[in-house]
Amino acid sequence: MKLKLATMALTGLMAAAPAMADLVFPSLSYRTGPYAAGGIPFADGYADYFTLLNERDGGIGGVMTNVIECETGYNTEKGVECYEATKGEGSLVYQPLSTGITYQLIPKVTADGIPLHTMGYGRTSAANGKVFSHVFNYPANYWDGASIAVNHLLDINGGDLSGKKIALVYHNSAYGKEPIRTLEELSAKHGYELTTIAVDHPGQEQKSQWLQIRRERPDYVLMWGWGVMNQVAIQEAANIRFPMENFIGVWWSGSENDVLPAGDGANGYKSLALHGTGSDYPIYADIQKYVVDAGKAAGAGDQIGSVLYSRGLYAAMLAAEAAKKAQEIHGTGDITPAMMRDGMEALEITAATLEGNGMPGFGPEFAVSCDNHGGPGLGMVQQWDATAKKWNIITDMIQSDKDVINALVVEDSEAFAAENNIEMRCN
Amino acid sequence: MLYREAGDFHTSYKDDSQTFPIKFDRYRYYAVLAVAFGVIPFIINDYWASAVFVPFLIYAIAAIGLNILTGYCGQVSLGTGGFMAVGAYACYKLMTGFPDVSIVIHVILSGGITAAVGVLFGLPSLRIKGFYLAVATLAAQFFLVWLFNKVPWFYNYSASGQINAPERSVLGVVVTGPNTEAWAKYMICLVFVVACAWIARNLTRGATGRRWMAIRDMDIAAEIIGVNPLGAKLSAFAVSSFFIGIAGALFFSVYLGAVEVGEAFGINKSFLVLFMIIIGGLGSIFGSFAGAAFMVLLPVLLKNVLVGGLGWATDLAAHLEFMIVGGLIVLFLIVEPHGLAQLWRLTKEKLRLWPFPH
Repeated sequence: MKLKLATMALTGLMAAAPAMADLVFPSLSYRTGPYAAGGIPFADGYADYFTLLNERDGGIGGVMTNVIECETGYNTEKGVECYEATKGEGSLVYQPLSTGITYQLIPKVTADGIPLHTMGYGRTSAANGKVFSHVFNYPANYWDGASIAVNHLLDINGGDLSGKKIALVYHNSAYGKEPIRTLEELSAKHGYELTTIAVDHPGQEQKSQWLQIRRERPDYVLMWGWGVMNQVAIQEAANIRFPMENFIGVWWSGSENDVLPAGDGANGYKSLALHGTGSDYPIYADIQKYVVDAGKAAGAGDQIGSVLYSRGLYAAMLAAEAAKKAQEIHGTGDITPAMMRDGMEALEITAATLEGNGMPGFGPEFAVSCDNHGGPGLGMVQQWDATAKKWNIITDMIQSDKDVINALVVEDSEAFAAENNIEMRCN
Repeated sequence: MLYREAGDFHTSYKDDSQTFPIKFDRYRYYAVLAVAFGVIPFIINDYWASAVFVPFLIYAIAAIGLNILTGYCGQVSLGTGGFMAVGAYACYKLMTGFPDVSIVIHVILSGGITAAVGVLFGLPSLRIKGFYLAVATLAAQFFLVWLFNKVPWFYNYSASGQINAPERSVLGVVVTGPNTEAWAKYMICLVFVVACAWIARNLTRGATGRRWMAIRDMDIAAEIIGVNPLGAKLSAFAVSSFFIGIAGALFFSVYLGAVEVGEAFGINKSFLVLFMIIIGGLGSIFGSFAGAAFMVLLPVLLKNVLVGGLGWATDLAAHLEFMIVGGLIVLFLIVEPHGLAQLWRLTKEKLRLWPFPH
């Protein structure tokens, strides 16, 4: 079958223009700027997964994949330029890894008919597929993250948070502000007291914020940080001797880059986990064999196995699975962005899919549907072990409080639909 | 040769003081306008509009604005990003508050609101100048960005603090929002640029402009010959902020469509526009265009050559781009402190004398 498809693809390659023959997955990466520490491993993982597919399986469904990288520096203007520069190349799905760029691209991709996948970031209410036809943010979003963190705190407090004080240290941008609404709603529901503390871009200066935390003595600190802000926050928390096990970051605040600079001080720091960590998964053996040993590793090849590298793999795996699904639905190897969108909407990730890709138990099982682009909202908690220099997953999958979140999603997305005269789909 | 003045006689003051006194220059200007209005809209595509022309035109307006303040009136300002943010947020509030009013009017009103804010922050210029004023305007930059981040009214209480431009049209053609055609984006910016440049040129060569330049060259002497420093400085702040506000409004509504204040209008934006007028040439309208073109086009060109043409790694190209642009800025400051406009002026002089230099 594969051979037949490959032959077909080869014939197609000879007949059609060569540029259209590949499945194009653009990577709006950032390997420079204040957020490069997070951007590099993700971009490496994303590129390496597609290299692996090309080397091991001969692409997806017999069609080779091609990753076009474009450097954004986490800057929205450059992100727009990258999008415009790559969209004509038959790009199947955009994953910008930046909330700012995501907000720019949401209306543009919808007008151009290209899907956008913002895995665990971006505009949370895009989970409502009735309004956002081309935007996907499965398997979990920020509001899920906020709720998962609160649910974890409920678990360790015997189900009662009343009278507790929780502080949110957040990046003062669209990204950092996202969880506030949810945390406020949950505060009304569970009776904890919420303090929000903003940190301005890029986040190197946080003395006054941590002074405030030292003064107010919150029981728990949550953090929505990215890039250099994380390391500084963890260092500052260690400096004021804040108990690290009471300090929980979102999944973007939980990589090796964030905790290593603080050394032993970071021991016990927790963060949410979107997926499994560590390099004990079979896929890493394949990456070593087909990518690294073949000398085709992306970037410097020094990020393999890190948390954000795994996230890049996970993002690429979900994109590749959606492409497979799209090929299945439309019966053709050379899929268009419109077909890719259908594939993403019909995507189903089962334990068998994960296992088949060498990532058993790596992420949650879920199915995307027309009205739910947001996935199940499952996440785990991981904790840093400074002596072993290793993240350990310490909980099972935690389910977010969907009652609270769905209401917020519907409210926000319908406001967006009314503002932009969007007709509801999926009826 | 090309710039021959033989046969180009001026017999009246009006002829002599026109913007382009040399016939060849004048025809070149008409030719540029004809291409800009008559050719480019028909061949432009999304990439050229979003990556090249629209940012170039919008930054040109901002550079003209800053050039009036810094180049013509001598008041150093680092608040450009903040003032652009005022324009953007004013435009957003007007667009969402009065959806039936034309976007053109909103953009002009945003310029007006920014002018008022600019005058407010220009008040210290009566007592302080030079670096001290630069610091005062720097305070404006940080204060305004902080304000738009802090007060939810400015972003209509949206959960993320972002502002999004709803779809608006001019004469039935959509000019904001995702469904805008490339040519429509380009045309609305072009119309504003031409209007702004025309106003700026005529202001700077009239009595107002001479007052600004008198203040710039020596404020005490200007005061002695009867220039009112209060009026001159504040009018420079008002006019400058007006243009910068228009640039900010277009930047948000037409170019990006969604804006986050700290990221889009941070201190970097102030520096970027300042570099534009330094490289382009202080006190020159043409210099504003040249500087904007230099700062917008060079990075895109370098990227396309290094990554697209030579296939280099994206991070290597990005770092190299920083080095090349930075190096060129330094080189310009050393070799030609008066910028591209002065280089152009010198070239013209040389061509007029060619082939018989003194």
